[in-house]
Amino acid sequence: MASLRDIKNRITSTKKTSQITKAMEMVSAAKWNRGVMNAKAFVPYMEKIQEVTASIAMGSKDSNHPMLNSRPVKKTGYLVITSDRGLAGAYNSNVLRQLYQTIQQRHKSNDEFAIIAIGRVGRDFFQSRGMNVVLDIVGIADQPSFSEIQDIASNTVGMFSDGTFDELYIYYSHYISAISQEVTEKKLLPLTDISAASTKLTSYEFEPNAEEILEVLLPQYAESLIYGALLDSKASEHAARMTAMRNATDNAKELINSLSLSYNRARQAAITQEITEIVGGASALE
Amino acid sequence: MKTIKVSVVTPDGPVYESDVEMVSTKASTGELGILPGHIPMVAPLQIGAVRLKNGSNTEFIAVSGGFLEVRPDKVTILAQSAEQSSEIDLERALRAKERAEQRLHERKQENIDFKRAELALQRAINRISVAERRI
Repeated sequence: MASLRDIKNRITSTKKTSQITKAMEMVSAAKWNRGVMNAKAFVPYMEKIQEVTASIAMGSKDSNHPMLNSRPVKKTGYLVITSDRGLAGAYNSNVLRQLYQTIQQRHKSNDEFAIIAIGRVGRDFFQSRGMNVVLDIVGIADQPSFSEIQDIASNTVGMFSDGTFDELYIYYSHYISAISQEVTEKKLLPLTDISAASTKLTSYEFEPNAEEILEVLLPQYAESLIYGALLDSKASEHAARMTAMRNATDNAKELINSLSLSYNRARQAAITQEITEIVGGASALE
Repeated sequence: MKTIKVSVVTPDGPVYESDVEMVSTKASTGELGILPGHIPMVAPLQIGAVRLKNGSNTEFIAVSGGFLEVRPDKVTILAQSAEQSSEIDLERALRAKERAEQRLHERKQENIDFKRAELALQRAINRISVAERRI
């Protein structure tokens, strides 16, 4: 059995850890709130741009804009969104595991795919496995603004246009609720399934013409899809971290309880033993 | 007078929502004015001001990188960023202008940076002019 002092030390250190996890939980809770609000504020823009893009893309069916048409796939791009820091439960590993398995199933060699990693965890994961990471972005703010990620998004869209890859999938964890997030795979480019999104279509006049509008609109649409996914996964990240930290705090509490129990037992045992020794000593004198 | 519903939406949330008599703005092909009853239309916008006229009152919104969508019942402006004139941080815009100008002087050779600085300068000037029209 561990000595009294050992147990006491463990209790103190567990208590300190639980203070840290508790603080982290509260920080994440605040960030999670903001993250969810940001994701909600983005919804009207997303819906609108989707609606407009769908009606224009549908209206000009014969358009041969490269972003609307599938081309033979020589190389596939994967955009993966993870966090910069750990301690978020299974948040990162879920996304990474799924993408890793998908890549192993779909591709035989490193030349068939390219990875764009947002977040340090994802970048390190794929780089350490020697996979083809073409672009990585770390240090995204907890509440990213659109201007902040615009460069990333337009770089990514640019890579599709210049043929670095011929299709682009995005992997992130979709926020469902504070306790549940789901890894989602979305095909981002080419924008082939755009029509499914909207039901009522308006026929527009175009100023100057549909082609030129698509030229500006489609990259913007793809960028906002990326931004939407990023906001979504930021909300997930904070929710995941909050849950993980709450679990850690709860576990610490449990551990402290059981440790205090054994501490008290050991203390009592020591006292009993002392009394027995004294009594034994006294009776030996008689 | 007849009015039409206008909303200005950005990725960071809706910026403006109201009924106005006339929307006028600068599309990529030139000045564009929308009155109620306009035919459905889509047009990309330049970096510039959107003027929303309501009676004798005119409001200014600075937009950059956006679209104008006109429907029979509603005008929507989708922009990457948009600020009402009262919300513009004039100091910040002035600083941004200075920075952009400096960058333009420094690196005239590199094309991409040059373009970006030019856009930044346009945005800053737009913000400043929108903010000052209020005063």
